[in-house]
Amino acid sequence: MSNAGFLKSSIGKKVIMGATGLFLITFLMVHCFINMLIFFQDGGETFNKGAEFMGTNWLIRAMEIVLFVGIILHIVQALVLTLENRKARPVPYEKINGAANSSWYSRSMGLLGTLILMFLIIHLKHFWVVSRFTDHIAHNEYEKLPGQETLFKEMMEVFENPMVVLVYVLAMISLTYHLLHGFQSAFQTFGLNHRKYTPIIKKTGIAFSIIICTLFASMPIAMHFGFVK
Amino acid sequence: MASSKKLNSNIPEGQLELKWTTYRSTVHLVNPANKRSLEVLIIGSGLAGASAAATLAEMGYKVKVFCFQDSPRRAHSIAAQGGVNAAKNYQNDGDSVYRLFYDTIKGGDYRAREANVHRLAEVSGNIIDQCVAQGVPFAREYGGLLSNRSFGGTQVQRTFYAAGQTGQQLLLGAYSALQRQVGMGAVKLLARHEMLDIVNIDGKCRGIIARDLVSGKLERHFGHAVLLCTGGYGNVFFLSTNAMGSNVTAAWKAHKKGAFFGNPCYTQIHPTCIPVSGDHQSKLTLMSESLRNDGRIWVPKSKEHAQAIASGKMNPNDLKEDDRDYYLERRYPAFGNLVPRDVASRAAKERCDAGFGVNATGQAVYLDFAFNMKYKYGKTEATKKGIENPTEEQLTEFGQAVIKEKYGNLFDMYAQITGVDPYKNPMMIYPAVHYTMGGLWVDYHLMTTVPGLYALGEANFSDHGANRLGASALMQGLADGYFVIPYTIGEYLSEEIRTKAIPTDNEAFVKAEQDVNDRLNKFLNIKGTKSVDHFHKRLGHVMWDKCGMARNAEGLKWAIEEIKKIRSEFWSDVRVPGTANEFNPELEKAGRVADFIELGELMCMDALHRNESCGGHFREEYQTEEGEAKRDDDKFAYVAAWEYKGESNFELHKEELKFDNIKIAQRSYK
Amino acid sequence: MGGTTGKNINVTVKVWRQRNKNEKGSFETHDMKGVSTDMSFLEMFDVLNERLITEGKDPVAFDHDCREGICGMCSMYINGRPHGPKNAVTTCQLHMRSFNDGDTIVVEPWRSAAFPVVKDLVVDRAAFDRVIAAGGFVSVNTGNAKDANNILIPKPEADEAFNAAACIGCGACVAACKNGSAMLFVSAKVSQLALLPQGKIEAEKRVLDMVHQMDVEGFGNCTNTGACEAECPKSISLENIARMNREYVFASANEKK
Repeated sequence: MSNAGFLKSSIGKKVIMGATGLFLITFLMVHCFINMLIFFQDGGETFNKGAEFMGTNWLIRAMEIVLFVGIILHIVQALVLTLENRKARPVPYEKINGAANSSWYSRSMGLLGTLILMFLIIHLKHFWVVSRFTDHIAHNEYEKLPGQETLFKEMMEVFENPMVVLVYVLAMISLTYHLLHGFQSAFQTFGLNHRKYTPIIKKTGIAFSIIICTLFASMPIAMHFGFVK
Repeated sequence: MASSKKLNSNIPEGQLELKWTTYRSTVHLVNPANKRSLEVLIIGSGLAGASAAATLAEMGYKVKVFCFQDSPRRAHSIAAQGGVNAAKNYQNDGDSVYRLFYDTIKGGDYRAREANVHRLAEVSGNIIDQCVAQGVPFAREYGGLLSNRSFGGTQVQRTFYAAGQTGQQLLLGAYSALQRQVGMGAVKLLARHEMLDIVNIDGKCRGIIARDLVSGKLERHFGHAVLLCTGGYGNVFFLSTNAMGSNVTAAWKAHKKGAFFGNPCYTQIHPTCIPVSGDHQSKLTLMSESLRNDGRIWVPKSKEHAQAIASGKMNPNDLKEDDRDYYLERRYPAFGNLVPRDVASRAAKERCDAGFGVNATGQAVYLDFAFNMKYKYGKTEATKKGIENPTEEQLTEFGQAVIKEKYGNLFDMYAQITGVDPYKNPMMIYPAVHYTMGGLWVDYHLMTTVPGLYALGEANFSDHGANRLGASALMQGLADGYFVIPYTIGEYLSEEIRTKAIPTDNEAFVKAEQDVNDRLNKFLNIKGTKSVDHFHKRLGHVMWDKCGMARNAEGLKWAIEEIKKIRSEFWSDVRVPGTANEFNPELEKAGRVADFIELGELMCMDALHRNESCGGHFREEYQTEEGEAKRDDDKFAYVAAWEYKGESNFELHKEELKFDNIKIAQRSYK
Repeated sequence: MGGTTGKNINVTVKVWRQRNKNEKGSFETHDMKGVSTDMSFLEMFDVLNERLITEGKDPVAFDHDCREGICGMCSMYINGRPHGPKNAVTTCQLHMRSFNDGDTIVVEPWRSAAFPVVKDLVVDRAAFDRVIAAGGFVSVNTGNAKDANNILIPKPEADEAFNAAACIGCGACVAACKNGSAMLFVSAKVSQLALLPQGKIEAEKRVLDMVHQMDVEGFGNCTNTGACEAECPKSISLENIARMNREYVFASANEKK
C-alpha cells in the first residue's frame, strides 16, 4: 500500500497552494515594481514604456498564461480544500473560541481570498481587458490614435471615481491579511520551520505584506488626489 | 513447612543463574505451521499485554487483544513516571544481574520467589535494548549514551528514564509494536471490550466472555490460551493513583473459576502523592519517586509549629533549619530520603499520627527542594558560570533552572492540581495506594492454577514479594510480555497443537454467557437508591482505615464484617441506570465494584492471617521497638494462595519460599 | 497554605447529549450550585452524574481514565476550546478555579467526521490507532535488538524526538483545527521516529503510509492556522508538521513505484 499520488494527498494539495501562492507573490512584486513607475511624475511616460514592454515581450506574455494557470490552480485547490474540510466536520460546534488559538485571518483565508477574487475581476475589467481585447489603449502619447488613451491616462480616469479608490484600498487591506498568513504559511508547508530562521521568515512576511499592499493602495489614492502628474 | 500439593511452582532444577538459560534452550517449541492455528486471547493492553501480544504475533500465533479503553495506548502503564530498572551497569557503579536480583528480593522483604526474580534481573537488560530499537526516546547524556538515575532501595544508578514520562514512552513503544501486528492482520484488536468471565472446558481455560462496551452485546471468544494482563487492584481503596477504570474484574472472575489469588494483602502505598483535598476527590496523583533524589522530607519538630503551619498562620519557608525534623535522614542515615516506599510511607504516617502533619487534615508532610536547589545545583551552576560568591537569589535562580529541566512536568502538574507554586513553597505529600504486589498466583511459566490461563505483569503476584522497588513495575511488565511468556507459553501450547478451535456454541460458552447476562440484569433490576460510587467510597474508607498502611487483628475483623454489610446493601440498594444494550459506564462500574467488594474481604482475611509485618503489610502487633516491621520467617516465609470455595469462603494454600542464594536477614536501611 | 482556596461557586453547565451514533443530539442545561474550586472539572461532572442517578436520570457519558493528564482519554470541548480555557492541560487537569461564579460552561464532544460520537461526550478515535498501524512503528521484532548503547544519539536529537513522542493521542489537535486536520498527531509520530537513527531506515515508507491512512480516515486538510499547537495539552510543536511535509515531499519524489 502506498500513496495514491502526491497531488491527491492532503500534503500534496497544500504544497500546490503554497507553491502557487509563492508564485503569485513573485508576480505581485513584479507588478508592483512596474506600477511604481507612475511615481516618476513624468506624465506616465516611463510607466507607459514599462507597460508596453510588459504587453509586447513574448516571455512576459507567455508568463501571463502561466500566471492565469497559477491563479486558477490556487482558486480551484482552495475550493477543493474548503469543501473537503467542511466534510471533515459535519456537525459544527455550538461555541467556538478561535481567538484563543489562532489569528482570525489565518482562519479566514477563504473569505479574504474571495474578496481578492472579486476585486481581481473588477481590476482585470478596468485594465487588462481594456488593454488586451480593445483598441482603446495606445502604447504612448505619440502613437495614439483618435479615441485611444495611454494606460497611464486610463488609470487616472478610472481612479477619478472615489468608490473605485475605496474598493481598491479595501481590496489591498484584504490582500495584506491574506499575505500575512499566506507568506509564512507557504514556508511551513514546504517544511521550512526552524527555530532560528522561522522568526526571520515571519518578520519578512509581515514586512512584505504591509509594504507591498501599502504601495499598491497608494497608487489609486495618489492618482485620485492628484499627487501623481 | 511444605508447599500445598495443589501448588506446583514448576521451577526448573539447577543452579539459580542457569535455570532460565537452560529452560529456554530446552523448552518445547511449536513449529511455525502449527502456530498459525493456535489462538491466544490477551486481556489488557498495558506493558505486559501489548508486549506479549506483539511478540506472540511476531512469532506467528493468532492473537486477539481486548481492552476496555478506547485504544490500547490508554492502559494505565502510561502513567508510570520515574523509570525502568535494568542491570546494565552503564554507570560502572558495581551493578550486576545478581545485585538487581538481590535488591529486589530484599526490597520485597524476602517474600518473592528467587527463580522468578533472578529471571527478571537477567532479562532486564534486553528490555532496554528492545525499547531503544523500537524508537523509545530515553534520556541521554551529551555524549549520546543513555542516562541513568537512582531510585529508592538501591545504591546504584540503574534506572533508565524518559523525563517524567517513562511509562508513557515504554507503553507507546509496545503499542506501536502491537499496532504493527494489527496492521499486518496478525492481531485482532477489540478496544472498548471488557472481559466478564473465563470459560473452562475439561479443566482447561478455553476462552472468554467479553462485553462490547459500545453496543452492550456479549461475545464469546475461543482461545487455546488466555493471558490476563489486567494490572492491579489498587482501586479497591477507591482513592488510589490508579486510573479510574483500573479494576480487578478479569482477575477476580478467573479466581472464581479456579485461579488461586496470591498474597492479596500486599499493597504498596506510595509515599509521594498529592494529599487529599476534599470529599469530591476522585483519585490521587502521584509525584514520581525520582523527586526524592532531590527533595528532602520533613515536618516541624514541634507540634506548635505544625499547627501554626497547618492553620495558615505560619509560612513553612520561615521555619528555621533547627526547627525542622528531616525524619527519614534522622532514622535512616544510610539511605536517607531514598529508603524504600513502604518504609517512607510508614514514617510519614507515624509523624502525622503523632500530630506533626502540615495541612488542615493533618495528613501531609513536606517534600522540600529548596536546599538542593540552592546548594547542590545552584552552587554547581554558579561555579560553571564562574561566579565565586553567588548571592542567595542567584543560587535560587540557577538551581530553579536545573530543577525545572529535571522535573518541570511534575512541578507543573503539582501547581495545576493544588494551585500552589512548588518552586516557591515546599511540596506537600502524603502516601497513597499505588500498586498491588499481590495478584493471581502463577508458576514459573506465569500460568495460574487453571491450565491455559496465564497472568502477566501487575496482575500476577510473582516478582515483588511484599514490596516493590521503584522502577521495577515497568521492568516486570515488559519482561513478562517480551521475554518470558513467548518461551513459557510454548511449553503448554506444544501440547495443544491437536486441539481444534472449539466452537463457541459449546455448552460451556453458552452457560458462561448466560451467567454474565443474568448478573448484568441483576444489577439493572435492583433499582435501589444509591449510586455505585457511593458503595465504592464506603468500601474504600474501610479498606484504607483497616487494611491500609497499618493493620491490626481487631480492625481487620471489624472490616470483614463491615464489608459483608456493604455487600448485602450493594446487592439490595444500588441504582444502575440505563440498559445492558447500550454504552453504559455505570453498569461497567457496578460490575467492577461488586468484584472489589468481594476482593476487599479476601484482602482483609489475608492480612488477618499473616501474623507478621513484611513490606507493604504492616501489622501493628508485629513491630520492633523502633517501630520497624518485624517479619516471622519461621512461620510466614510462604506465599499465601487462596482458593475460592464460595461466597466469603476461601481456602488457604501455602507455597513455601526457599532462599538458597540469599541470606535472609532483617531488612535494614539504617 | 494547603493549596486549598476553599471557595465555592455556582455555574451552569450546558452539555451535549446524544444517545448513540445514529440518533440526533441536543444540549441539556444543568445548574451546579456550591461547586468547590478545588474540584477538577471531571469531578464536577462526577457530582452532576451522582445527582442525575439519584434523580433517576441518565448520567452524562464522558471518556476519562488516568485523571492525571497522560492517558489521553478525556476529551471535552469546553467553552469553544478543546480541554477548556487553560493552555497545556487536559480536561482532567482542569480545575474549577479556572472558572468564575455565575459562568455558563458549554461542553461538547470532539467534532470530526473521523471521530463519530459514541454517546454524549464520548467519541470513537480508532482512526488514530489505524494511522499508527499503517506505519507508526519501527519494524523490529522482539529479541533482535543490539545493545542499547551501540548507537549513540546526540542529546538534542533525543530530546527533540522525546518532545514529539510526548503526544498523548487525545485528538485535541483535530478538535481545535477549523479543518479537522490530524496533521499534528500524525507528524508527531513521524517526527519522533524520523529523528532517531533506529526509525530513519523506514522513514520514507512510514510517512507515505501514515499520510495515506490519515487521508483515508476523513480528516481535513491543514491550512497552518496553528490552532493545534496552541491547544495541544503536551505543546507538540508545529515544527513536526513542517518536518512531515518535508519528509513527505522527499519520500514522494524518491518513491519507486
